[in-house]
Order: sequence, then C-alpha cells, then structure tokens
Amino acid sequence: MVAGSKSRSLTVKIKRYNPEGDEAPHWEEYRVEADPMDRVLDVLQNVKWEQDETLGLRRSCAHGVCGSDAMRINGTNGLACKILVKNLKSDTLTVEPILGLPVIKDLIVDMKPFFDHYKSVLPFLINNDPAPTTERLQSPEQRARFDDSTKCILCACCTTACPPFWGDQNYVGPAAIVNAHRFIFDSRDQGAAERLEILNDTEGVWRCRTVFNCTSACPREIKVTQAIQEVKRAMLTGSIDFEGAASAAGH
Amino acid sequence: MNYHRFDCIIVGAGGAGMMAALESSKLVGTAVVSKLYPTRSHTGAAQGGIAAALSNLEEDSWENHAYDTIKGGDFLVDQTAAEVLCREAVECIYDLEHMGLPFDRTADGRISQRRFGGHTKPNPKYDPSAPPGTEAAKPRIPVMRACHAADRTGHMILQTLYQQCIKQGVTFFDEFHMLDLIMEDGECRGIVAIEIATGELHTFHAKSVLLATGGFGRMFKVSSNAFALTGDGPAIAYRHGLPLQDMEFYQFHPTGIYRLGILLSEACRGDGGVMFNDKGERFMEVYAPNLKDLASRDVCSRSIYQEVRAGRGIGGSDFVYLDIRAETINKYKTSPTGGMVDSAWVEKRLPDIIDFARTYLGVDPIKEPMPIQPTAHYAMGGVPTNLHGQVLRDAAGTVVPGLFSAGESACVSVHGGNRLGTNSLVDLVVYGRRAGRAMAQHALHRQFEPIPKNAQEPTATAIKTLLSRPRGEPWVRIRDEMQRTMMDDCGVYRTEETLTRARDTIAALKARYANLGVSDKGNVFNTGMLEVLELGCLLDLAEATVACALARKESRGAHSREDFPDRDDARFFKHSLVYSTGENQTRLEYKDVDVIMVEKNGEMVTKYPLEIRKY
Repeated sequence: MVAGSKSRSLTVKIKRYNPEGDEAPHWEEYRVEADPMDRVLDVLQNVKWEQDETLGLRRSCAHGVCGSDAMRINGTNGLACKILVKNLKSDTLTVEPILGLPVIKDLIVDMKPFFDHYKSVLPFLINNDPAPTTERLQSPEQRARFDDSTKCILCACCTTACPPFWGDQNYVGPAAIVNAHRFIFDSRDQGAAERLEILNDTEGVWRCRTVFNCTSACPREIKVTQAIQEVKRAMLTGSIDFEGAASAAGH
Repeated sequence: MNYHRFDCIIVGAGGAGMMAALESSKLVGTAVVSKLYPTRSHTGAAQGGIAAALSNLEEDSWENHAYDTIKGGDFLVDQTAAEVLCREAVECIYDLEHMGLPFDRTADGRISQRRFGGHTKPNPKYDPSAPPGTEAAKPRIPVMRACHAADRTGHMILQTLYQQCIKQGVTFFDEFHMLDLIMEDGECRGIVAIEIATGELHTFHAKSVLLATGGFGRMFKVSSNAFALTGDGPAIAYRHGLPLQDMEFYQFHPTGIYRLGILLSEACRGDGGVMFNDKGERFMEVYAPNLKDLASRDVCSRSIYQEVRAGRGIGGSDFVYLDIRAETINKYKTSPTGGMVDSAWVEKRLPDIIDFARTYLGVDPIKEPMPIQPTAHYAMGGVPTNLHGQVLRDAAGTVVPGLFSAGESACVSVHGGNRLGTNSLVDLVVYGRRAGRAMAQHALHRQFEPIPKNAQEPTATAIKTLLSRPRGEPWVRIRDEMQRTMMDDCGVYRTEETLTRARDTIAALKARYANLGVSDKGNVFNTGMLEVLELGCLLDLAEATVACALARKESRGAHSREDFPDRDDARFFKHSLVYSTGENQTRLEYKDVDVIMVEKNGEMVTKYPLEIRKY
C-alpha cells in the first residue's frame, strides 16, 4: 500500500533546450531507479539533483494544487506531481514542455501569453450594487452551478492540449473560457454581457472545435468542454441559467 | 542597472501579500515581487476553512474565538493582537465574499461553517458536578466557525485575491526572487531581486517594504510545505541583524499523508473523521477526553508519537489511521450535527482530500482508513511585528521604519505556542490588510530616501562567488542532513541532548555550505543556483530555531521538551527573540507577552487568566 514495493528502472527521455548554447531543442536520456509510489516530479528532481543540475523545470506544492509543473508526459498533458511511476505504462518516460507557448528553457515555457488570455475575459466578480453589511445571499443550488469552474488552478494543461490553440495562439483558449464561465454563471455577478461580448469572436469560443482534449488534460477534472459549450449556449440563447437546470439536461 | 521605484514593494504573492497589495494600491504606487506566479503561492494549498464568528449555523462570538486562540497558543499569544484578529475576521470574511469568494452556502444562502480543532464555545449545559464523560461535564463544546469552500478554501482565497488584484491593476513582477533588503540608517528602503528568466539583478527602491514570503517548513524532512517555502524574508531580515521571534514554536500537523507529508485537512476530523491505532482504538479519547480528535494540533501530534512509541502504530510501524468513512462517522456519532451521514456527503465535503488519498496513497478513503503521520506544517514564529505589521527590532518594540511583515513570515503574535486550524488564513487576511494600510500611510508621509549606488553589490558578489566555485559536494546532501536533523532532533519532541546535537550539526552544515558551488553556470532560469540560495535561508532559520528551543527549558504548545515536560510560567511566560551575532553565534532576548487587564470587583485582573491547557 505505501511504498516498500520493488523499484522500477526507468529510462527518462527529456526534451532539453538551453537558450544560452543550444541552437535547437534535443532529447537527452537518463536512467532513474524509482519507487512505484514516486511522482514523475520526483523522477525529474532526481535527475536534477543527482545527475544534471542544469535541468530546468518549475514546481512548488508537489501535490497538484499550485499548477506549476504542467508538462507533456508520454505525449499527454499533466502535472508531473500528480502522475505516479506505478501508473506509467512502460519503463520509458518521455517528458517535454507543453505545446503552444514559447519554450524558455527545457520544460519551462513562457506563461505570459496564457495569463494575458486569462486576464482578457475579466476574471473577477463584477457587481456594482452597494455591498450589504453581511454576505450577499446565494442558494446552495446557485453556488453549485459554477462549482466545477472554480477548481481551475491555471496550470495551462487544457489550453496547451487544444489543437485549435496549437494552430492559433490568438485563440483565448479553454482555461480563459473556464474562468469566464466561473463568473458568467455566478448569480452574484453582473458582468456576463461584457464577457460574452469578448468571447463572441472567432478568437473566442467559436475557435473551439469540441475536441475534448482539454477535458481529458485537466488535472482538476473540470468538465472544460462542457463549460465552453455552456458559454456558447448562453451566447446563442441570450439567457443565463443560474440554477443549473440546463446543465442538468446536459448536451 | 535595472532600477524601479514604487511607494510600496510587497514581497510574496500569497494571501497576506495580495491582501496588502489590494489595500496599499488604493492609495499609493504598489508592486508585488514574487518568486512564483501569484496563483502558485502556498495559500492555495490551505484546505478546510477560515474562522470567523459569523454565527451562521449556531450562536458564537468573536470573544469565544479570541479565547480559543489564546488557549490554543498555550497563552503565549499577544492578547490584543488576538482580539483584533477575531474581531476583524468577521468583516474580512464579508469583504472576501463581496470580492466574489465562492463560499459554500447554508440552506438559507449564507456562508456555511464547519467545526475545526480547538474552536469551541461555552457549553450551556455545563455542570461542574456532572460525572466525567457526560455531556454536562464538558466546560466547552465544538462550534461551527470555519467558513469554507469544500476543502479548497485557500485556493478560493488565493484566486479571489489575484482576481481582485487584476481588477485593480496591481503591478506584479512575477518570478522575481528577492535576495536582499536595502537597509540604510536603520531603515528599509527597498530590495534587491533576481529576475529568474534572465538572471539579472533588479533594485526596487521603496518607502515601504512588506515581507510576506510565507513559511519555512522545508527545513524538516516530512512537511506539508511547498518546495518554495524556504523562509527567504525572515532569513534575510535575520542576516541584517533583526530579531526573529518564537522560532522554537513550529507546528506539526497531525494528519499528513504517510511519508509524503501532504496535508489532509483538519476538516476531516471537523466533519467527523476519527484517528485509530493498530488495536483499532480511538486513542484521542485517552489524551483529550473532551474534544478527542478535535483537540488542538500539537496535542494530536504528540498523541500520535506516543502511540507509535508504545508500539501501537499500524503494524508496529510509525503511522496511524485517519478514518473518514461514513460508517465510522456514524458509529462514533461525530458528524457536525450528530446525525447520520453517507458517503456522498463525505465526498461533497472533502473532495480534494479524497483525491489526494486516492492519488498518493492508492487508498480510497470512502472505503478504507488513510495512513497518516505528523507533518511539519506551520511556523508560529517569524519576524516580530506590531499590530500594523511594522517590523520591530528589539524587545522594547522599536519600529524599523519602512519594513513590514504579515502572514506566516511574521509573528504578531496571534498563534503563540501553537496555532489553531484556520487561523493562518484569518491571520493573513486581517494582518495583510492592516499591513497594507499602514504601508500606504507610511509612504504618504515620507519621501524616497536615498539608497547607495552599489545596493546590488553584495548580492552580485555572492552570486559571482557561488557561480565561480566548482560544484564539489552536492547541495542536496546538506539539505537532506539538515532536514533529518531538524525532524529527529528538533521535531515534535526535544531534549537538551537532541538540541545540542542539532545545534552542532547545523553549525557544521553551515560551514560546508560556505564551500558549495553549482554546476549550472547559466543566467536563464538557473533554478539550481536559486535552490542553493534558498538552502542558505533554511540553514539560518534552522540555527535560529534550535537556539530558541535550547534556551526554552519548559514545554508549551508545540515546543515539547521531554526533559522539561511542564509549562513554566514563572520563567517562560514570555516571547523569545533571537539575533544572529555572526559566525554561527546567536543572542537571545525575551519580551513580555501582551496581557489585557480588566476591572473586576474594583480590582484590575487579567482578562484571560492562565490556566492549565486541557482539551
């Protein structure tokens, strides 16, 4: 159950790029003895600490809540700290930076374009009424309506798994739409019209091709594609369902 | 030279830093400098709740909260600071809600609240003559005070504050790592930071600087803390000759995931979860007959150690079980209302916890208990401040002009010897806000004072020296030895012998550290070099922690001396202040605990009289 099981010999292939020397990215291989309960992050830190200190990667919380270590692991986006060695299908572990954002060094990409898209959808509560002396009321049903999209940790796994985003980096991307959804469907918010206007664009929700890559990539198991569809529906019908009746009906 | 000038510079983009930024930026130019993207900060890992006596589900008062905070801290809490904390918590929660924080809701649409360890109210049925073990024999009973958003309350706070910072147009320097404070004539006038993406140094000239760099749990082997939590702020202040307060009080959270230390929220027990030993006994009944599993964290962590020492760890090993199965909650009647619950209810209340257990333990907590052990979690100590977040340079309370601190890096002190669950979040919103206001006021009444032309020089030299040395000994060896030493010799239990050994080990590690080199000589994202610099911070804080622990010959809160098992109010009802006096040398001072006096029957008496702490 907890550790003690036989260690696993992994061949770790990492796509490396050092801007202070390399002309182009290249692959390097390392051998790591890993405990089945180790995280992929532990494997990479083992490489960094024991074999090659120059390996560049971001990490912080190491348990899937800070969103620092999004990367492409065996061809699929995920957080290195949420994937365990025991769950790797083969003894070869392939790691490369997430796609669609400029690589700075090794597994580190420039997150600025991602955060710029996020900021473009007005990701904050808009309510111009004077605040009451206590809380604004919201029923449990209204609160549940946008619960899924509050889970987003802005790791970029979804956006950089999205083929339309790979082809067009002006596309606002799934993560930004999820964060717009989080406010559009919040009964306390008054900024939905503005956000829908921003997203009603070829670089907004209409770039989505419903590939579902975002949903499978999300380490927080947010139903990303469904959130995007709900935003599209709100745009088409001109009405926002704060109680979740339409959501329950599904699509 | 990269030079920036802002009225206020805030170091750290967690809850305290962003709360301060929201306040100060209303009045003066403000920039937040953070080594992580703001949403990566560890506030986001806080789980169970944030306490405030809203009385949404049952009657409560901020006075109850203040009493619990003071008792929880084993009376080392500064009482005015605690009252401010608990009183202002209420309006801070409403502020957060108005900012959009998605709290869970009660049936009538108000903010939902849950139980947490050590949060109580007087038992209306209390009868001192009642037979022990009966309901009436309990002077205090648990109260639903922790406002929550499932078990990801910290995530919601962090996201909400970042959203508001975007709305308000706060300036961020993301992935800029502070390496030095600019101190002139006893004042703080800015910071020096490295831009991680380029390796370039930047000087930030400021009137007010806030240290909100969080904790330093990474000095211990098993910790709930993120890799980034290396105490940069307190360590750099310490190097500038400023004191650190109450460093010997370091909290071990009882329920960390076995081996990994990942936190399993106290909300597990607040919602009815129970801890068991190898014999299937609910051992907290022995150690805390009234509150049992909801006793405060230091008590629970020591109880687990006692069980393990007595050979009652699971399978004779060094862990016990935390059980949140609905059948267990129902069997022990530990649900918040005492009523029956089902698995769906547990899943809804604790979704992230359940996910962590499934991912990192391969255990489904809906069906099985989870193996847990105490994990290094929270520093009660830190940079001493007053009620406005102003940093203090001595026991007399002399302010360091221009320097502020809030959140876990600070010690105001509202946690005393042991922090209550949820009070870290309360601390960072209440005192983050206060610090932001005070920083703005300070900036409004001051000019930019000159800083030396070579402000970056010491930092540039240190980096150059580090990069010029051959790699030599791997730095992780020093880190591992430090973490093992602190865990084994300065952990949940301590003695003169273990602490003396720890002091000597840390001194030897510091000597080896001085010769470290790095193999990555690059400028761009040289995270290897930054890890070495962070290790330097941790070693300094380990030195300060051990020095305070050696000198405090009593047991209080999280500081348990097996050679001095009792609290000794005659000698140690006071805060420790530790100063660095050069090469591995420290100096200690003590300052009185702030005590509120009230008039009672024509006499002035203490409002919170010292009592033996029992749960």
